[in-house]
Amino acid sequence: MIRPGVVGIFADGGQAAHAVTTLRREGFEGFEVYGPVPHPAVEAALEAGVSPVRRYTLAGGVLGCASGFALTAWTALQWNLIVGGKPVVALVPFVVIAFELAVLFGALATLLGVLVHARLPRLRPEVGQDPRFSGDRFGLLVWCEADRAAAAEAALRLAGAEEVRRV
Amino acid sequence: MQPLTFRQVDRDILRTMEPPGRLYYGLLALVLAVILWGVYAWWYQIQTGLAVAGLNNPVGWGTYITNFVFWVGIAHSGTLISAILFLFRARWRTAVYRSAEAMTVFAIMTAGLFPLIHLGRPWYFYWLLPYPNQRNLWPNFQSPLLWDVFAIGTYMTVSVTFFFIGLIPDLATARDQTSGWRRLFYGILSLGWRGSDREWRHYRSGYLFFAALATPLVVSVHSVVSWDFAMSIVPGWHSTIFAPYFVAGAIHSGLAMVITILLPLRRIFRLEAYLLPRHFENLAKLIIVTGLIVGYAYLVEFFLAWYSGNVYEHAVFLDRATGHYAPEFWIMVTFNAVLPLLFFIRRVRTSPAWLLGISLGINIGMWFERFVIIVASLAHSYIPFSWGLYRPTWVELSITAGSFAWFLFWFLLFAKFLPSVSMTEVKEQLPEEAG
Repeated sequence: MIRPGVVGIFADGGQAAHAVTTLRREGFEGFEVYGPVPHPAVEAALEAGVSPVRRYTLAGGVLGCASGFALTAWTALQWNLIVGGKPVVALVPFVVIAFELAVLFGALATLLGVLVHARLPRLRPEVGQDPRFSGDRFGLLVWCEADRAAAAEAALRLAGAEEVRRV
Repeated sequence: MQPLTFRQVDRDILRTMEPPGRLYYGLLALVLAVILWGVYAWWYQIQTGLAVAGLNNPVGWGTYITNFVFWVGIAHSGTLISAILFLFRARWRTAVYRSAEAMTVFAIMTAGLFPLIHLGRPWYFYWLLPYPNQRNLWPNFQSPLLWDVFAIGTYMTVSVTFFFIGLIPDLATARDQTSGWRRLFYGILSLGWRGSDREWRHYRSGYLFFAALATPLVVSVHSVVSWDFAMSIVPGWHSTIFAPYFVAGAIHSGLAMVITILLPLRRIFRLEAYLLPRHFENLAKLIIVTGLIVGYAYLVEFFLAWYSGNVYEHAVFLDRATGHYAPEFWIMVTFNAVLPLLFFIRRVRTSPAWLLGISLGINIGMWFERFVIIVASLAHSYIPFSWGLYRPTWVELSITAGSFAWFLFWFLLFAKFLPSVSMTEVKEQLPEEAG
């Protein structure tokens, strides 16, 4: 089911951020802000909190480090062959492999985290999407029932929207 | 000059991706011809055997490994600029980082070819991968050559991913402002990016962690490459300063390559409003730092050889400066450690001609540095009975020329198909009202 909504198009991210604050005060819930660049005021207005992507990085890094040591130690034990007078499980040289795998797994897990949480790749355009949002305009989409759409439109215009349309 | 606006940025950068002119196709044809010649030389080597290269006892590592180390080095400054300067919040990196990152990716693609070319039977390259043979014997993880496989493999994967992640918002802009097959092409590559607050929030967080991971990685990669040498007992290689010495050298050569490539790019694409003289000046200042470190490392190498009291070390270093490879050695010292000091003069580091001249000099000097370290050490180790000279043959020189063409080929494609300056990051730095 597609929820109805209203999109306001702004020339400035600060105005969009201001509109979020105003609409929230009037009791609206559910916003999406689109823009060509991330805007600090928008992020503050949406009060979204810290992204969980960092947990992926940590998990990937720890897993990579552990797999690095596990791979090197386990494979060395498959043949108890002393090479160069060093112990069979020689931890010092294995640090290099563990480090590289920690970075590799950490990076791949970070990529996975970004893709999962940003919901990418996305095959179909979102509701209310506009090509200008990757150029020089910011968009604010407010989800609202049809009876409150007029109020949302008025608030968006008041906040400085250049253009307002229903979706 | 008019202050830049968001729309102007899009227009200027997307203009660089319009269908190219005759000069571009001419250059592309030339580059392809050189690549084909290099491929022919490699084919000849595979058919005839490694003996067609000048490699023999005692110099078993020559031009191929020199090229490998050189190209890995070139790959370093891209990540330095995109990750380390990002973490330091150096705002001037914005205009240059995309090209530097592309350079990293292409340089590592070039570097990765050389261990394969150096193999007598390149079709067995997969023996380097960690899997057991039929007797359950695994690769030896105590070997620096295997560390190299992991370091280069990781670096390649992470730098490609980092490059791609940085491109996503720009690809979305390209998608929205083009039509036809280009729109489809950029649409697929941009993964359907919409620029929503949710996307930005996770993207920025991810980007920060990528930079944080890439920073120690970049230091580790050339350290590992240096250990290929330092872990052995060859005089001239067996040294504890090799890791920092190689990392500084790598960044030195990489920065020079960034300037060598960006200056013509700026001119051809008319990007004067984006790539400001200040950016080149900052790159030149960084080159002064790395040049001084490299010069210091050259001195310390000689000091260590003298202070060690080891006759073989003495002999190798004396031979480097005065022996058969003395011309290469003095090219290395002059071009890497002395020439960059000219950047102390403001007029030199703000003049495009000087910038280009000195960076080309550093590129040449750094290639010779690798040659001197690798070849001159092997040629003169221990007893005189085992000494021997090495000169590259036409096969090695052709493959080397082919590798430069291969690097340039990818860069030419990049310049036409992808935005060579980050539109998003340039916009982020514009004042609020420019939107």
